[in-house]
Amino acid sequence: MRQKQCTHIHQTIKRTMTNKKYILGVYEDEDVLLHAIENIRAAGTKIYTVFSPYPVHGIDDALGIERSRLPIAAFLYGLTGLSFALWMQIYMLGFDWPMIIGGKPHIALPAFIPVSFELTVLFTAHGMVITFLIISGLYPKLKVPVMDVRSTDDKFIMAIEVKEGVTDVNKLNSLLRDNGAIEVNEKEVTK
Amino acid sequence: MIEERLSIAKRTSNRFLFMIGLGLVFLIVGIFITMNSTGHHGGGHGEEAAAAAEGGHHAITWVNRLFSNLWLNNVYFIGIAVIGLFFTAVQYVAYAGWSVPIKRILEALAAYLPIGGILLLIIFLVGKHQLFHWTDETLYIKDNANYDPILAGKQSFLNQPFYLIRMVVFIGAWIFFDWWLRKQSLNEDLNGGLEYYHKSIRISAIFLVVFGVTSSMSAWDWVMTIDSHWFSTLFAWYVFSSWFVAGLAATTLTAIYLKQAGYLKVLNANHLHDLGKFIFGFSIFWTYLWFSQFMLYWYANLPEEVVYFQERFHGYDGHYAWIIFGILFLNFAFPFLVLMTRDAKRQMIMLKIVCIVVLFGHWLDFYQMIMPGTLRGESGFGFIELGALLLFLGVFLTVFTRRLASASLVPVNHPFLEEAVHHHV
Repeated sequence: MRQKQCTHIHQTIKRTMTNKKYILGVYEDEDVLLHAIENIRAAGTKIYTVFSPYPVHGIDDALGIERSRLPIAAFLYGLTGLSFALWMQIYMLGFDWPMIIGGKPHIALPAFIPVSFELTVLFTAHGMVITFLIISGLYPKLKVPVMDVRSTDDKFIMAIEVKEGVTDVNKLNSLLRDNGAIEVNEKEVTK
Repeated sequence: MIEERLSIAKRTSNRFLFMIGLGLVFLIVGIFITMNSTGHHGGGHGEEAAAAAEGGHHAITWVNRLFSNLWLNNVYFIGIAVIGLFFTAVQYVAYAGWSVPIKRILEALAAYLPIGGILLLIIFLVGKHQLFHWTDETLYIKDNANYDPILAGKQSFLNQPFYLIRMVVFIGAWIFFDWWLRKQSLNEDLNGGLEYYHKSIRISAIFLVVFGVTSSMSAWDWVMTIDSHWFSTLFAWYVFSSWFVAGLAATTLTAIYLKQAGYLKVLNANHLHDLGKFIFGFSIFWTYLWFSQFMLYWYANLPEEVVYFQERFHGYDGHYAWIIFGILFLNFAFPFLVLMTRDAKRQMIMLKIVCIVVLFGHWLDFYQMIMPGTLRGESGFGFIELGALLLFLGVFLTVFTRRLASASLVPVNHPFLEEAVHHHV
């Protein structure tokens, strides 16, 4: 199965869209992949992304992916929900339509806590999911280019973008192979 | 994996002995101060409180204050000890791998159980009339002026022989399961193999069932019956959660100290992260229980139920109000806000601060559970409180560190040790 030459898979789509070319390194082993990522990044090559059949521990750090800032957003959504809940209850039961319930004061904070808690959770949960969908660009009918279908089975695919005139494809090819890639392919993706 | 033996410097164990000695000195000084001050100051308050209390209590003296503090600290440290055993059992039943580095700390916490159990028995036998209103025999005599039909109705459960039997059985069961699990754990170190692990799982499963019943009933017996007329179906869980957070904080604090002293090489930020999550989560759980108990009683406003919170919020000129708000801050707001981020849970200094705050917060939680019932408005913070705390802390740390040093800090033949080394969150 060892092919010395790159297999060129040209997609002959000629539209007015931008085509991007990727070099794909195929890996079979998780540990080999993690070492390869370290070495390739150390060699100054920018990795576009890695496709994996399952979550690999430590791959985020190896790829240098920054931690998500979603928790900060979540905290702010929570604060919003809490403020909204407290404002709503204090305004409704304290000012807009005061009622005596169970002989308690109009603004009886202990009674407001369950609702405040629920609305905090509701705002946080919905806010997080919606934010996540938007910043990840996940919307209906999203087309995701499949680089190599085997990344859904038992292979890890490392994609490196080829910049015309900048990237030395042959050098990249040998860099990937030296670091344990069993195959190196090329793929053009229409965006 | 290499064995790690903790060696305790002579200086450290002397420091614990010094703690015990200082605690005793403080207790004696505190007793003398309280003895002299209750003469004129406490008199007026005492009469007032005595008049207000049902059943005609005697005035509060230094004896009450002494026994309340001994009881408070003993119950608190027994709780931490039994949580060590409980959490070990949970780890076994859950087939947990992450917790292997802290397993020996959990086991060592339970070393206080025998001493704590004996002290509990002694303090009860000597100081029962100072601590528990229901131990007054005249309450159950029909023609007596003190006759209390409500407590007489509870007599089939709340009588001294049965109470003592329960105390001995509960503590005995905990000590027995601790001995049984610890034996498996030490034999595993020597001989290896999966046999001890599987046996530990079976023992743990039985213990958890036993603990479910005994932890609830011990919380009623040792804490709730101080307010003899009052009851709460949620109270057992409330006490358990307070014990649990304190136990987790004690475990985390020990793990950090050992790590900083160069031990526990297996332990890293990932394990601390998990412990931090436990402290964070169960602090919220404690708050949830506190609030669930409070809100229903506040809302229903039934006199026999709400009296408990009346006493703590408004009673004795708001004597306990600041403690109630204080524990909500120390045990909820503080750990909730400080441990919220991932980075905080992975940093030793942050965890250390939170652990110390939470340990104090839950001690204070037990303070407000016990003191209003035993001392009414006469409690305080002085030499007696500090002395009793130092005394029990010294004893606890002595037996705890002794057991910690008696075996390898890393359970070398634990089947999940390798998994724990590679633990990653």
